[in-house]
Amino acid sequence: MSDKLLEINNLYVNAEEKEILKGINLSINKGEIHVIMGPNGSGKTTTANAILNNPMYKKTSGSISFENEDITNLKTDEIARKGVFMSFQLPEEIPGVSVVNFLKYAKNKITGQPVKIFEFKDELKKCMEELNINPEYMERSLNVGFSGGEKKKNEILQMLMLNPKLTILDETDSGLDVDAIKTVSKGIEMFKNKENAVLIITHNTKILHSLKVDYVHVLVNGKIVKTGGQDLAREIENEGYEKYKVEE
Amino acid sequence: MKKSNIEEINRNIYDIKNKDEYDFKIKKGLTAEIINEISNQKNDPDWMREFRLKALDVYNQLELPSWGPDISELNMNEIATYVRPKSKLNSSWEDVPEDIKNTFDKLGIPEAEKTSLAGVGAQYDSEVVYHSMKEDLIKQGVIYTDMETAVREYPDLVKEHFMKCVPVYDHKFVALHGAVWSGGSFVYVPKNVKVDIPLQSYFRLNSPESGQFEHTLIIVDEGASLHFIEGCSAPKYNKVNLHAGCVELYVKDNAYLRYSTIENWSKNMLNLNTKKAIVGKNAGMDWVSGSFGSKISMLYPMSILNGEGAKTEYTGISFAGKGQNLDNGFKVVHNAKNTSSVVNAKSISKNGGVCTYRSLVRINENAKNSKCTVSCESLMLDDISRSDTIPTNEIKTDEVEFSHEAKIGKISDKTIFYLMSRGISEEDAKAMIVRGFAYPISKELPVEYAVEMNNLINLELEGAIG
Repeated sequence: MSDKLLEINNLYVNAEEKEILKGINLSINKGEIHVIMGPNGSGKTTTANAILNNPMYKKTSGSISFENEDITNLKTDEIARKGVFMSFQLPEEIPGVSVVNFLKYAKNKITGQPVKIFEFKDELKKCMEELNINPEYMERSLNVGFSGGEKKKNEILQMLMLNPKLTILDETDSGLDVDAIKTVSKGIEMFKNKENAVLIITHNTKILHSLKVDYVHVLVNGKIVKTGGQDLAREIENEGYEKYKVEE
Repeated sequence: MKKSNIEEINRNIYDIKNKDEYDFKIKKGLTAEIINEISNQKNDPDWMREFRLKALDVYNQLELPSWGPDISELNMNEIATYVRPKSKLNSSWEDVPEDIKNTFDKLGIPEAEKTSLAGVGAQYDSEVVYHSMKEDLIKQGVIYTDMETAVREYPDLVKEHFMKCVPVYDHKFVALHGAVWSGGSFVYVPKNVKVDIPLQSYFRLNSPESGQFEHTLIIVDEGASLHFIEGCSAPKYNKVNLHAGCVELYVKDNAYLRYSTIENWSKNMLNLNTKKAIVGKNAGMDWVSGSFGSKISMLYPMSILNGEGAKTEYTGISFAGKGQNLDNGFKVVHNAKNTSSVVNAKSISKNGGVCTYRSLVRINENAKNSKCTVSCESLMLDDISRSDTIPTNEIKTDEVEFSHEAKIGKISDKTIFYLMSRGISEEDAKAMIVRGFAYPISKELPVEYAVEMNNLINLELEGAIG
């Protein structure tokens, strides 16, 4: 059995006719936490969207596989059902659909099994408690009237409930205060085990203070220019991306 | 495989056509001779026969409306206005003929009666075939019966109220209704009697090239309260059918009435229905309305707030698909001090369907310190569908609070992507968004109707995504 979850192979992606990703390679195994760092506009969010095959981003060459299966051109919902999850930078609001009903529905779609409602609600309550989410939010319309921080915490809640094999956190830490960042890190720790993996996409290093990561990739102008360990994040924190931009 | 929170239903339930069997079907057209024949068949008292003939005169004098959807395809010479089913009025489902009973069974009416209703009326084509009410309500003096029985047994109550709230001069199709009306329900709730469990009338039109013209007259006397539910459906035929019902509601001082409707006519139906309520002092009138079927619908329920402190709320949704033009809305007249109205109207259009919200808000000079809040929201599922808002506001005093908010939206690709990233297919994602959009309305409906509405939404959306 291979431990390989995600493999991105020489991927080129356009957004609105403009080439954003220019040959990305990335390999993520079970049990690993990866970080992609990079300045604004370097292609971080594009990478996340390309993995989930958002139709607004066009792949021009290269491939993506998940558990050794080509997912390059699968539909987003099919990729999600294979076990890939993304925490959105700007989660969408869905009026009239409560958090609990939404999660129950999604869980059913992802597992293909009927959801046992009492167990499900108990688990949901527990997770909400751990993430300091007011239990009343269970019945509220998904993300409607939630603050920025509440939306991000709700993304983490969805991750815990849907229990994917690979979770991609797109700028989940940005715009959060210290306490909220701690909550998010706690969520990631609760989620993490030997069988799954996390890909954190961020432009700053705050979240890495409370989380131990295995690999840090520096993404500049659509290419991964350097890969290292937690040290690399520290270096970026002190020196910024200037050095890599110059190389470009 | 397709799954959803609610069980799937089969569109066939609505489309079951029973054989066009009847006891009597009047010949097509609209003449004094035909009206007289209907009167004979129905054994009308003289005053009703005269009323019908006078209404026919008014019909002939009035013009078709000069606004709204084009209804020129309606040819009254091709419509049979009276079809008596092969059934008498029964008070036990056992006595209703098999095929008719089966239809209502499949629509879930007898089942709902057992579980959640205090009384049921069921009309098939032009006549009511079943009527029943719980014993304790009878003891409290509540009257719930078909309109013909009311004309015979409660002539004074009927004469005092029949087409007084909606006079035949209102518009051409009200006049038509006055001439050919048949069936419908009569409800009287005596002073201070609270009917806690809803009453429900269901109207089913089976016969092709015919019309249904039921008359509903409800009087909720002082301090009393009632929830009345009305359901309508018909199978699809190739030729035009016509529905021109009339609903008259009298909500006396300190009384409360909630009137919930799901109209699910087939898509060959012209639905030209008229509904109006007169609301007394400190009384409340709430409308909940779902409009799905019909080819053309012109439906504008109206509340006239005549008593000081009267309140009304309208919560309505329309869903127009291919070939449908639903011109719906709400009218309110504030005619006394401290009155208030709240309107929450939504519409969904897809596959070239047209939804129009047409409304009237009139706040008279004497309605000082009144409040009116209108909110309309439309959702278009593609670029070929249409949605319009045509409000008319006549505010004749400064001492009012009035607000009108209109929003037209589309489902964004971002939202679809977000839901798909949670394992939900594109089709299910759209249905989820639409059900969520409709939720503020469906939560106001009785549970079975909310489920029916969600099912209708799912049905309407099936295969809508290319």
